[in-house]
Amino acid sequence: MNEKQNNHEIIRRMRRKSLRNSLLNYGIVIVVFAIMQTMIATGHISSLLKGLLVPLCVYVIAALSLNLVVGISGELSLGHAGFMCIGAYTSAFFSNVVGDSMPDLPRFILAILVGAVFAGIFGILIGIPVLRLKGDYLAIVTLAFGEIIKNLLNVLYVGVDSHGLHFSTTSAMDLNMEPTGRQIVKGALGISGTPKNSTFTIGVVLIIITLIVVQNLVNSRSGRAIMSTRDNRIAAESIGIPVTKYKLLAFSVSASLAGVAGVLYAHNLATLNTKKFDYNTSILILVFVVLGGIGNMTGSMIAAVILTALPEMLRFLNNYRMLIYAIVLIVIMLFNWAPASLDFRSRMRERLWKKHGSDAEGGR
Amino acid sequence: MAMLDVTKLSISFGGLHAVDDFNLNIEKGELYGLIGPNGAGKTTVFNLLTGVYKPTEGIIRLDGKDITGKSTIEINRAGIARTFQNIRLFKDMPVLDNVKAGFHNHYKYSALTGILRLPRYREIENTMDERSMDILKVFDLDKEADLMAGNLPYGKQRKLEIARALATEPKLLLLDEPAAGMNPNETAELMETIRFVRDEFDMTILLIEHDMKLVAGICEKLTVLNFGRTLAQGVTSEVLSDPAVIAAYLGE
Ligand SMILES: Nc1ncnc2c1ncn2[C@@H]1O[C@H](COP(=O)(O)OP(=O)(O)OP(=O)(O)O)[C@@H](O)[C@H]1O
Ligand SMILES: [Mg+2]
Repeated sequence: MNEKQNNHEIIRRMRRKSLRNSLLNYGIVIVVFAIMQTMIATGHISSLLKGLLVPLCVYVIAALSLNLVVGISGELSLGHAGFMCIGAYTSAFFSNVVGDSMPDLPRFILAILVGAVFAGIFGILIGIPVLRLKGDYLAIVTLAFGEIIKNLLNVLYVGVDSHGLHFSTTSAMDLNMEPTGRQIVKGALGISGTPKNSTFTIGVVLIIITLIVVQNLVNSRSGRAIMSTRDNRIAAESIGIPVTKYKLLAFSVSASLAGVAGVLYAHNLATLNTKKFDYNTSILILVFVVLGGIGNMTGSMIAAVILTALPEMLRFLNNYRMLIYAIVLIVIMLFNWAPASLDFRSRMRERLWKKHGSDAEGGR
Repeated sequence: MAMLDVTKLSISFGGLHAVDDFNLNIEKGELYGLIGPNGAGKTTVFNLLTGVYKPTEGIIRLDGKDITGKSTIEINRAGIARTFQNIRLFKDMPVLDNVKAGFHNHYKYSALTGILRLPRYREIENTMDERSMDILKVFDLDKEADLMAGNLPYGKQRKLEIARALATEPKLLLLDEPAAGMNPNETAELMETIRFVRDEFDMTILLIEHDMKLVAGICEKLTVLNFGRTLAQGVTSEVLSDPAVIAAYLGE
């Protein structure tokens, strides 16, 4: 075998490996989706689990998006609930204003875009000043951002009448609207009457889209630039990679995807308020990412599903619920990060990989 | 016109004159050595040339263009690439991707093209893969292309750093102690490779090295630094027989 073919063989092998890793994730999502759909169709699903399907999608998307920042870009964000909040509020506002003047599906697709774009813009606004600094400032600033957004929205009143939009930060009365005007954002009461457009199917489609965005980005020129700045900032600069630009790219794409999670969340509830978007949620998403394995997209999804569903499933245990939850957290962590299981997983992957590769490599 | 023209370059940290009134002229295609005892200021010169530190005084010209005070990124784009004394690889990325990252400014497509996997993505990735493998081949690293860079043995990590630097297609290559930690066999092999790189890639090379055999074997000219000041400068054989150099550096 001559040299040139040899070169190609090793590259083909690397490409097959990365393709297989990506396909595995799409496969898991589709299989779980098919199982759930069958269970729904045959009536083998509790109403509790059924009600959890959309929130599960929300947290899976949120975990994937945060993993892009934490695992791929190597930065810490403690304010991802803030970006979800932006996505939720802007999209719910949009859907309420547009109302019935547009059919459901196109309106919801636009609402998703609105949430993604606004959350992305906030990501850029925060990222530009902070990501230029060397050091872990992002964690502090995003933590503050999440709380500030929440508190601002708590006192925000917005209404619409024939003159257009009216804003106030004191009370509904101060909106000074015509009697026919419609109040949309009602301070701490939030936004009510948002159309319930979120379905499990749409949630799964959004998970797949999120996976495509994250995985294709990682396996591209930009992804290499992002990971090079994570692995060694000085070396990345020495080969001419604009470090800040790529940290900003990862962060704003992530913020935007978190916004999409927020849109899905907002269109699953009759009433949207800021309660859910506090730092507890941001930390919870971080827990999914850390437990699932930093940089490991499959792990993020599994951790998000188990840790979202579990507390609900364990409700009947009352007071023991949090105890069991804590034990499961510890077990997952031990299982996922133990050297023996890391080793086992890499061996399994190797085996699978060899088996598939052996035909093509037969002539070696 | 010299490829690299440095005049009166100086920097001090607090009261310490780490580099003082440093002058250097390197012609295109030259293999130039920078030597001196520990703490002489050699790495600091590299950090000045690549914009990691800003000089307190002096001018740096590359191919006639003033690059003094420019950022590391701009300087790399202008044509200077380097390796590091303490290896700085992208450890959690495959060997191949370390080199592909080096091609960042030469083969471009947008993030969106990557996400949407437009035809341009495949086309450019193919070219990058080919060219990266060609470079890895030079350093005998092509068989390890799929290993994580952090899992390579030490000597190969040093070579991969050179490969990555070459991928940025520089005019001037700076090597900071490329043979550090290598055994005599590896060092001899590295000397061959450096010479090959100079000839094959038409490269101008400035290298820092403590291994005198390597320096005497491949460098055409030398500058000797001591306590930030230039002790001697010129053709290798003459510099190495200079009594001042022997006294201050080689004699100890
Ligand atoms: N950022 C810095 N701040 C303060 N002092 C510095 C800094 N960088 C270098 N120095 C000092 O400048 C002097 C020259 O250091 P440099 O690393 O350039 O030496 P070197 O010639 O490369 O030595 P070695 O052979 O050990 O690598 C040393 O005294 C060092 O402590
Ligand atoms: Mg040094």
